[in-house]
Amino acid sequence: MLTKAEVEHVALLARLDLSDEEKERYTTQLAKILEYAKILDELDTADVSPTAHVLPLQNVFRPDRVGPHLPAEDVVGNSPDEEDGFFKVPRIF
Amino acid sequence: MNGYEAVIGLEVHVELKTDSKIFCHSSTAFGGAQNRQVCPVCLGLPGTLPVLNRQVVEYGIRVALALNCEVARFCKFDRKHYFYPDLPKNYQISQYDLPLAYDGHLDFRTDDGEQHRCRIVRVHMEEDAGKLIHRNENAKAPYALVDYNRTGVPLLEIVSGPDIRSAEAARAYLVELKTVIQYTGVSDCKMEEGSLRCDANVSVRPRGSEVLGTKTEIKNLNSFRAVHKALDYEIKRQISVYEAGGRVVQETRSWDEEKGVTVPMRSKEEADDYRYFPDPDLVPLVISQSWIDKIQQDLPELPEARRRRYRKEYGLSAYDAQVLTMFRETAEYFEECVRLYPHPKTVANWVMGDLARLLNAEQVEIGDCRVRPGQLAALLRLIDAGTISGKIAKEILEEMFASGKDPQAVVAEKDLVQITDADTLGTLVDEVLANHPGPVQDYRQGKTKALGFLVGQVMKATRGKANPALVNALLKEKLDR
Repeated sequence: MLTKAEVEHVALLARLDLSDEEKERYTTQLAKILEYAKILDELDTADVSPTAHVLPLQNVFRPDRVGPHLPAEDVVGNSPDEEDGFFKVPRIF
Repeated sequence: MNGYEAVIGLEVHVELKTDSKIFCHSSTAFGGAQNRQVCPVCLGLPGTLPVLNRQVVEYGIRVALALNCEVARFCKFDRKHYFYPDLPKNYQISQYDLPLAYDGHLDFRTDDGEQHRCRIVRVHMEEDAGKLIHRNENAKAPYALVDYNRTGVPLLEIVSGPDIRSAEAARAYLVELKTVIQYTGVSDCKMEEGSLRCDANVSVRPRGSEVLGTKTEIKNLNSFRAVHKALDYEIKRQISVYEAGGRVVQETRSWDEEKGVTVPMRSKEEADDYRYFPDPDLVPLVISQSWIDKIQQDLPELPEARRRRYRKEYGLSAYDAQVLTMFRETAEYFEECVRLYPHPKTVANWVMGDLARLLNAEQVEIGDCRVRPGQLAALLRLIDAGTISGKIAKEILEEMFASGKDPQAVVAEKDLVQITDADTLGTLVDEVLANHPGPVQDYRQGKTKALGFLVGQVMKATRGKANPALVNALLKEKLDR
């Protein structure tokens, strides 16, 4: 069973600030979802090799050629804050 | 180190010098204006699709083969998740459980001449992150500026086995790794520009023990010297912790170059939980044997093989072989000279001596050197033919280096042909003897040192062009008469 501690861990990794009520609610909801997904465990996959990709494609390459860059104003255009063409972000640590 | 031994493994990141990034067509050029070499793919904008640059795989296989690795016939890309402003997608595309290559080794030699072998655990491809510039660090409102030009530049990560036993061996391993990668031509490996970066894992244990001690990871190693000094420091630190009855804490530490110490870094919170999974945007890579064979055939002769050949075929010392193979361009220059003038030791002396001095002084790469191998060979033949003396040859080399002229042209222009005519020199010798009665008397009274002075006077009178052996002989003949 999924624990509240695991939900807190996942929330921390995702930088989500959950209230106590939310933690309880998501613990129940996520547990149910995981329980449902467990149906897959019933399949016998002994003869199935691990699948890295679902499409029957491999070796899709592009040649090593430089193409057009994004115009300067578009690069930082959507950013909350910029300085001198740089993205400006809060101090990290 | 009394009773302890260090266990070191290195993780090296090398930037591949493709023209475009690993998953998009943005330029990889170094030093461009901020955020001018980006596109929707490397900025991680929604709805974009990465497509693998074939040249990255080609370069990766080249390095893998040069490091004696098995190249995977099947591999894939995975997402490695962490939140940091230098990573616009919030994940880095890397390779997790199926890397490009594995199970190789690198042979290298420490300064004491001892030969070592270090295993290469794996080589994988990934994308580089952006660059952060911290501002107002000590002020009230610190912030950071982000430049994504480097985001998506192709990297190879090369992970060594825990086989290195000293700080000096770690340095030597890294130097050899750099040399080998430069030979393959896939990276500049400039530590100062960040195209070669190194992290070190280090622990210590009682000598003879098979159990590994608790390791620390050292970051911020920006030069070969830093690798040596930081590991030396860290090994001593860990030993002193054990000696004091303490326990080493598993942590990431940063090398402080100025203070000469390693200090604990504040860790990214639970950063080790990267939640890897296969990247659904990228399809698997299936590498054919024929592709691997083709790359293997095109590999240049690697430094260690060259060194062995120089010692065996050319009879050079281990030291000469080491110096001449440090850069592929130097080795190729040297070999071309030897092909045209088959006296390897003489060529080695000139390439490592006078030519290297000129290259260093003018900060010129040997590939751009105006003295071409054929011209150096011609110069050496002029000495053998007695046309010029060895001393004059050094002068001529300088002129060739500056102007790119052939040695014969410099000799003719500057009237530098050696004087080997006994009559001409005889007259000059007579003059010198007449003008310096003191030294002549000294010599005749047994002070043979005076001969050197007299030789010098004749050389001076001919601006160095006199054949020194002949001058010696003539002087002796006349003095001893």
